[in-house]
Amino acid sequence: MNPALNSAAATMNTGMAPVATPWFFYALAGAAVISALFVITRRNAVHSALALIVTLLSVAGLYLMLYAPFVAGVQIIVYAGGIMVLFLFVIMLVNVERSSKERQFNRIWPVGLAAACALMALFVSALVKGRALFPERLVKLSEGTNTQDIAKALYGDAGRMGQYTFAFEIASLLLLVAILGAVIMTKKKI
Amino acid sequence: MADITTLHYLVVAAALFVLGVIGVLTRRNVVIVLMSIELILNAVNLNLVAFSHMWGNLHGQMFTIFIIVDAAAEAAAGLGILIAFFRNRETINVDEIDLLKW
Repeated sequence: MNPALNSAAATMNTGMAPVATPWFFYALAGAAVISALFVITRRNAVHSALALIVTLLSVAGLYLMLYAPFVAGVQIIVYAGGIMVLFLFVIMLVNVERSSKERQFNRIWPVGLAAACALMALFVSALVKGRALFPERLVKLSEGTNTQDIAKALYGDAGRMGQYTFAFEIASLLLLVAILGAVIMTKKKI
Repeated sequence: MADITTLHYLVVAAALFVLGVIGVLTRRNVVIVLMSIELILNAVNLNLVAFSHMWGNLHGQMFTIFIIVDAAAEAAAGLGILIAFFRNRETINVDEIDLLKW
């Protein structure tokens, strides 16, 4: 077990009043859910993509409220900055006009909606029955050393391999395969 | 007003997950289906970061970073397949993608 990963609990930040009030949470959660609703109902795919950007930014705000500033930064840079630009480019490459005039939902949409409602009932029952299992007192992660702790887990500390170094290398291999696959599939003639 | 607990975050994540599942199961446009998959991945990420905060260690945040890497790879590969398919069939509707059916 890497000590850097668990030392965060020991360094409780004291003395600072919490900036994250419940109102921030409700505003961010409401923005995330409402714009997620826009994502799946809009006729024009560009509008869906813009609504998805609002959802991603709201989720990044929720990460900040959970004392995870590095993940929030990665969310904004990689998701809202990288992946969504890719989506918007592809929407412009395939023609939007024709598909926005067509039927938007497939023929078996009542079955899909029923399955999603069953999934929601499952989630609600799990959360209602298991709500006693969650501890009331939250452990404050140290926000100031968050990025350093993540770096130590990813790249190792003092010459030793970190707990996630091997997974990090595998992830770089995955990205290489994705780059090659995207180029080979998209090019007309190799 | 009561403090925000882990359960609040789990409710938001469950709502995002269900909306993503509805999008995947009912929409015809492949681009919007891929965006709904991104919604599902975000719901899982929110759960993991909330649990990371609950237990006071960083494992959940590490998992979240790897899921974001995975989402980037998935978006690149999925949109590559989409462009290759659009070049051949001039459609991006999921119910018309049936070359492998018989």
